[in-house]
This record gives sequence, C-alpha cells and structure tokens, in this order.
Amino acid sequence: MARQASKPALLFSGSDWDFKTLSRAYDAIEAIALEELHLDIYPVQMEIISSQQMLDAYSSIGMPLMYRHWSFGKHFLHHDLLYRKGGRGLAYELVINSNPCIVYLMEENTMALQALVTAHAALGHNHFFKNNHLFRQWTDAGAILSYLDFAKGYIARCEERHGLAAVEAVLDSAHALMEQGVFRYRRPPKLSSERQREGLRERLEYEERSYNDLWRTLPASHEAGKTGEKDESLAERKKSLNLPEENLLYFLEKNSLVLEPWQREIVRIVRIIAQYFYPQRQTQVMNEGCATFVHHTLMNLLFDRGLIGEGAMLEILRNHSNVVFQPGFDDPRFSGINPYALGLDMMQDIRRISTEPTAEDRDWFPDIAGRGDWRETLLEAWADHRDESFIRQYLSPTLIRKWRLFALADRADEPHLEVASIHNERGYEKIRSALAHSYDVGANRPDIQIVDVDLRGDRQLRLQHKVKAGILLEEGSRDATLRHIRSLWGYEVSLAAVDAETGATLHERSTREIVE
Amino acid sequence: MPIFIDRRLNPKDKSLGNRQRFLKRARDELKRSIRDRIRTGRIAEADKEYAVPMPEKGTGEPSFNDARNSGRRQHILPGNKSFSPGDLIPKPGQGGGAGSSSPGDTVSEDDFRFVLSREEVLDLFFEDLELPDMVKLNLKEILAFKSQRAGFATTGSPTNINVARTMRNSHGRRIALRRPKQADVDAIAGQIAALDSQPVSAATRLRVADLRKEFERLERRRKRIAYVDPIDIRFNRFDPRPLPNASAVMFCLMDVSGSMGEREKDLAKRFFVLLHLFLKRRYERTEVVFIRHTHEAQEVDEETFFHCTQSGGTVVSTALDEMRRVIEERYPANEWNIYAAQASDGDNFATDSERCIALLDGALMRLCQYFAYVEIIDERESHIFGATENGTSLWRAYSVVAQKWPNFQMTRIATPADIYPVFRQLFARQPAARKSA
Repeated sequence: MARQASKPALLFSGSDWDFKTLSRAYDAIEAIALEELHLDIYPVQMEIISSQQMLDAYSSIGMPLMYRHWSFGKHFLHHDLLYRKGGRGLAYELVINSNPCIVYLMEENTMALQALVTAHAALGHNHFFKNNHLFRQWTDAGAILSYLDFAKGYIARCEERHGLAAVEAVLDSAHALMEQGVFRYRRPPKLSSERQREGLRERLEYEERSYNDLWRTLPASHEAGKTGEKDESLAERKKSLNLPEENLLYFLEKNSLVLEPWQREIVRIVRIIAQYFYPQRQTQVMNEGCATFVHHTLMNLLFDRGLIGEGAMLEILRNHSNVVFQPGFDDPRFSGINPYALGLDMMQDIRRISTEPTAEDRDWFPDIAGRGDWRETLLEAWADHRDESFIRQYLSPTLIRKWRLFALADRADEPHLEVASIHNERGYEKIRSALAHSYDVGANRPDIQIVDVDLRGDRQLRLQHKVKAGILLEEGSRDATLRHIRSLWGYEVSLAAVDAETGATLHERSTREIVE
Repeated sequence: MPIFIDRRLNPKDKSLGNRQRFLKRARDELKRSIRDRIRTGRIAEADKEYAVPMPEKGTGEPSFNDARNSGRRQHILPGNKSFSPGDLIPKPGQGGGAGSSSPGDTVSEDDFRFVLSREEVLDLFFEDLELPDMVKLNLKEILAFKSQRAGFATTGSPTNINVARTMRNSHGRRIALRRPKQADVDAIAGQIAALDSQPVSAATRLRVADLRKEFERLERRRKRIAYVDPIDIRFNRFDPRPLPNASAVMFCLMDVSGSMGEREKDLAKRFFVLLHLFLKRRYERTEVVFIRHTHEAQEVDEETFFHCTQSGGTVVSTALDEMRRVIEERYPANEWNIYAAQASDGDNFATDSERCIALLDGALMRLCQYFAYVEIIDERESHIFGATENGTSLWRAYSVVAQKWPNFQMTRIATPADIYPVFRQLFARQPAARKSA
C-alpha cells in the first residue's frame, strides 16, 4: 500500500498502556468511525477493572450494580473455577447498555488489545445499543443504572426489615419466572423517574400505615344482594383481569392475593431487569456481528493509515481470528454457531453484495445488490432488525455455501437424524428460514400463558402451555417452577399442555399433585 | 475524549455477600460433605481449605425448559462434508462423544467442585459444639462489670444529662403550661414604649396601665414557669453488666508409652488435633496445656505433643500429678475454667489405678469443670466392650469416678470413624445429651 512520505506517528508502541495513550487511541478510533462508518454513539465512559472485578461483574449478569442473591454467589464460584483452571478466558471487555455507555476494560490487556476492545465495545456495541430499534423502544439506557441502584438499596432494606430468608424466597420464585417475565409483543411501560418512584413508594407506605382492618369487616355493598351477577361469565372474568397474560411476573405482581407490597416491589424489580435484557437475547448475532465488523474495519483502516504498527496489528488479528473461529459440526471444539463469526460474515457479505454482486446476488437481493453504498445498507440493517429477521433477510446463498450449512431433522420418536437440506438450490430457502427460526427467541421458548383464574371460587391459577411441534416441558424443573408460582400466587396452580395445532389438551399438572 | 475511571482500587470481593448467602443456603449439605471427608481423610487436612462438590439440594434454579426427548426440531449446523438430503445419521449415543451433532448439549453448570476457605470449613465443621457448662460457671464467677446504656433516669450526675431528652420535656411542659414567649413580651414592651412617646391623654394612660399590667403578668408567669425545670431533666442511665469470665484452660493428657501402638497414637492424636482446632476456633482466650506421659509425665509444647515419639512404661497418675502441679502453679481454680481430656489405651501400672481414683476424686474433679476420658481400643474388641462395663484396669477405675462425678465423661474409640461422633457427643451443645457417655 502506498503510504505517505510524512508518515503519521503511531498511536502507541509496545504493550503497556496508560490513560494518555488510551485516550489518544480512543480519539483516533472515534474520528475514523464517525467519518468512515457514520456511526452514531452515546458518550463513552471507560472503566479499568481487574480480573477479580470482571468475575464479580460476570456473576451478577454483567451489571455493575446488582442486589445480593445466593445464585450470583453460585455463578461466581462457577466462573471463578473455569477461569482458574484456564478452561475459559475472561472477556476482554464488558459493555453496558446505558447512557453514557459504560465500557469495562481489563487491566491485563495489552495496549493493542485495549485499542481493539475500544473499537469493538465503545463504538460497535455502543452504536448498536443506541440505534437498534429493539433497544430504542424497549430499554431505557438513561435510567437503568439509577434503577439498579434503587433495586439494590430497596432489596437490602427489605432484607434488614423482613429478614434474609423472606426476601430470598421471593427472589427465588421470581428468578424462576424471569423467562416468563417479559412482554414479548406489548411495549413495556417506561421506567419511571426517580421522583415518581419515590412518590409511589411513599403512597405505598402511607397505605401500609393507614391500613385499618375494620374496613374489611364492612358488609359488602348492594352488589352482594344481586345473586344474578355472581356467576359472572367467563369472558367477562378474563377481561377484567386482562387474560390471557403472557407475562407471568407482571400478572403475579399486580394480582397476587398473598404478596405484601414490598414483595410486589421485589417481583417488579426482577421483572424489569428481565425485560431490560430481553432485547440483548434477541440480537446476539447482530450485536456481536456489528461490534466485530466495526472493530475489524476500523483496525484495518488504522493500520492502512499507519496509525498502528505491524506487531500490534498481528496481535489484533490473532485475537480477532480467535474470536471469529467457527469449527465444523464434527469438530470436538464445536459448540454451536459462533454469533461473532456468523454476524461478521453476514455483514461482510452485505458489503460484498452492495459493491461487487454476482448474478445470483442480483437475483436474491435486488434491493441492495450493486447499490454501492454498503454503509447505508448496514446502518439500516443494524437499526431495523433483530437476529431472526436479519438472517431471514440477508443470509445469502454464497454464505450458505461458504459455511456449508445443512439442516438436520430431529424427531424424538426416531432413532436417527435425517439430513433435510444442504447448501444446494433447493436447500437455500429452507436453511435460511430454519436458521432464522432458531434465533427467534419468542418462538423458541415455551409459550406459557395465564388463561384463567376464578377469584370467587377456588382461586386456582390456570396456566396453559401451547405445545409447538410436540416439544413438552422438562418435568422436574416444571414442577419446581410451578411450586414457585404457587408461592407467589398463594393458591393452587395448574398447567395444561395444549397442542398448538390441534388444540387438544395433552395433559394437565396441578401443584396439588406435586409432592414436595 | 471519553471519561476514564480507574476502578482497580475499588473494594474487592464485591460478591462476598453473595458467596455467604450461597454457603448458608447449602449449609447442611456442605457440612455433611466436610464431616465425611474429615472422618475418613487425613486429620492434618482438617485445617486446610477444601474442595467440595456443588450441593444439589437447595441450589437448583428451576425454570420452564423444553424436554430434550420430545417433539420435532430442526438443527442447522455448519461444515457439511458429505451429506446429501435424505441421508440418515444415527443419533449420538448417551454419553458417547461420537458426533457432537446435537447442539445445546452443554454440561450442566451445577456439575463442579469449588473451594471453601479454611475458616469456612472449620465454621461448618464445629457448628453446634461448645465447651460444656461454660456459661454456668461464668455466671457463678463474675469478676468484672461493664456499664451499658439502659434508658433514662430522673437522677444522676450532671455529666450524664441527656440534653435532647431534657429539652424535649422542657419544650412540652412550656407548651402545656402556656409559658409566654419572649416575642410576646417584647411586643407589649414595644407598644408601651410607643404609647409613652406619644402625648399624654386619658385614653393612652388607661391603655398604658393595662399594658403594663399585662406586661407584669407575663413577666411573672415567665418567672414562675421556668425555661428548664428540674422536673424536665433526664439522665442517661447505665446498668452494670457482668463481663463473662472466659479464661479457660484445656489440659490435653496423652499416653505415649510403648503399649500405645502406632494406631492407638494416631487415633489419640486425631482426637486431640480435632480438640485443638475446635478450641482455637471457638475460644480465642482459651489456653491449652499439653501433657504427655509414659512412666513419667511432662508438659510439652504443641509441636512435641503431636509429632515426637517416646517410649517407656505406663503410669497414668504421673500425668494427673503433673496436671495438678500446673494448675497450682499457673491456673488457680477460682480464676480459671479448667477442662481436661485424656486419651489412653487403658493400660496402667498394676497398682496405679487406685492412685488415679484418689487423685481425681480427691483433688482434680473438684477443680475441673469437665473431664473427658477417651479410651482407644482394638477394633476387634469394640463389639465386646461396646456395652459392658468390663474393660481395662483404667476403664474400671474411671467408671467409679464417673459414677460419682457428673462432669466426668468416658468413652471408647476403635476406628477413625468413631472420633467425630465421640467428639460431638462429648462437646454437644446440650448438656443433657452427655448423660449416657
């Protein structure tokens, strides 16, 4: 490559870093990112942490602030063990979807790695968090840290007031339902501001203080007299409770018959944290792909402009190729599809399609093939898609061939797997749609909803599991989870498995039948 | 330019609270695992950090999950080499590593061991154990007192006045008795001054007289109702609380004579190591005296006691003599709680057992808070001696003492596995459980 005679000075040399170098590197990387990739980012806050602190953050689901719970201790032990054994390296960075965007850098990283991580997290992830529609609509980057701070303090106060065991019981039960504690289709209400929360809490406390048991003993008003209204129709009953309800935690928080106000608040905290992480789970490939694409592009640009040396570039490339390593299915190291690799390949493929398309690409992607402005195409894709739709839209035959993807049909009642499609003309569509489907978080998690509860009768909470493709629930954990629901609801809980296609009830399980 | 924050110096161990919560939750299972290990493993390892398997009970985190063995799925995998549509592949067997073609079969996270620190091990291990009757004796022999806050009093020394409480009382009383405020008095004085400065008329004169009367009334009232009345004054009250006298000394007596084989010595040492760990752990202010004996006894340090060998005959009373000497010299019984544990194979010089009875009965048992005798017997003898009162000469002699003194306990150990149950039995927290030693 033709370098200028007046070669600019390297951003850094050697492996040691200091804050001045970090800052210089960040400024250079940010300038290039904004100019070349047109990224749009939150302001960045970089925090240097030790490996111990990284482990701490790992065990509290990656958040810098978290309330205390034994399960985080258990996860810490697990991560700690893996790390000590050398079975798993720690991530070089951790990034929080907040405003300002917080990026954790490990102190052990070399300067080259810090530059790589800066490009990856502070720009790639940051851009994705700020622009992807899921994050924009469903999470509130500005409020999450103050909310976690509130949650931590609130739960600590509850522990002081009501005892560790009582708080732990509620948290255990709520954690079991985290998967079922998100709104998948309806937009969740915005996090209220500090002041509104304060007001709410004050009102709750006032209600607790001014509660008078006498009111309960008053005879019911005129409605009790009209016996005709007693057998309220099923439809009306469901309507009044907003049933069916997919967000079990939300329903329990609002309607449970036994929870104290503070217990409801804890359930709410768990639910809000689950909701906060829901977009991240739907955009793993895109998020990591975006960050990897950004760091790969930026590092190469920096190198081309002579801002980083060859030694540093080699180190960066080595780490890069480790990250995007994808072994084949028969490789002992295989553990599923690597989201970094798939994301990066797809995004580079989009760039290729827009700049140098083949006839096949023009056929498959008439919108973008040969359009030339790959930046715009990528920015749009990053903003508008989640994994499922991104793959459905952009996985090209070229890439299917490159990855040699194939589909296996797996029926539980047969002794063998059948190769359903491979990378040929007939298989492209099927593979693409099956892969996209496998990233559809909403469709792949068990679909469990609250369908009915007779508040004037036995108060049994009726859940329904829509069985898709004959996939049932694992029995042991199902029973344990039902017990948790019962402890939050206060009365018996039953779960009916209903076939999604035929509507036939496959079986029913009630907490009455579960012997502890 | 981004903001940089260096967090490396932040307090570490942020997750310590979580770890403690986790250990607490898994307590029972961890305890069992540690006890099993110490029962069977090498005794020196009791004092170390220690890897335990992840407990199963109480640490599961259930949620609704799909059952692996049901339904129809499609897997998309990379790296096809030779498959064509319609090919059938046998499913990978259970546990066999051949063909990791089903995604998501990851090892359960719960399946691992983790390390407990030494402190945590000992905490779990010695839970519920206590030196017997410690508390009772403490109450009997209170030596020191410490003042402790205990509410308020109406009398006391001026240094103990509680200003906040006093002023609150004073304020309440002033409101209740309607003591005129300074502002009201000032207002009237101001009115008088204003009227005085005006030209004199009958009306103003009358008005001034009224005001003066009112002024005097207020002043009188203010004088009568004091700002702070002695009745308001409250003093901090202090109660003397007895300080428990926790000076205790434990005598460890061990027979190291020739008749004690390696096995017997090993068992005895295990017992004392356990005892020593327990004392170190529970009672920071407990002193331990090690006495070993053959036909003569000597006080030794910890290292010698546990690790050096010696040979000779067996005269048990020498050890008791030595113990009495040490007590007289250093641990007067009215200041110290005295505990003793003795381990022996039961052999003794023919006529010495009588002398042991006399020593114990005559002097030592009166001084001792608690005396535990552990006899190391042969494994083959254990079923013979298990229930009967027969036994070695020392056992028979000590049986006499045990009948007379309730604070004398004796028991037999045949295998390493017995040590911990015996230990628990001797030091279990409820004194009632010791009756059937």
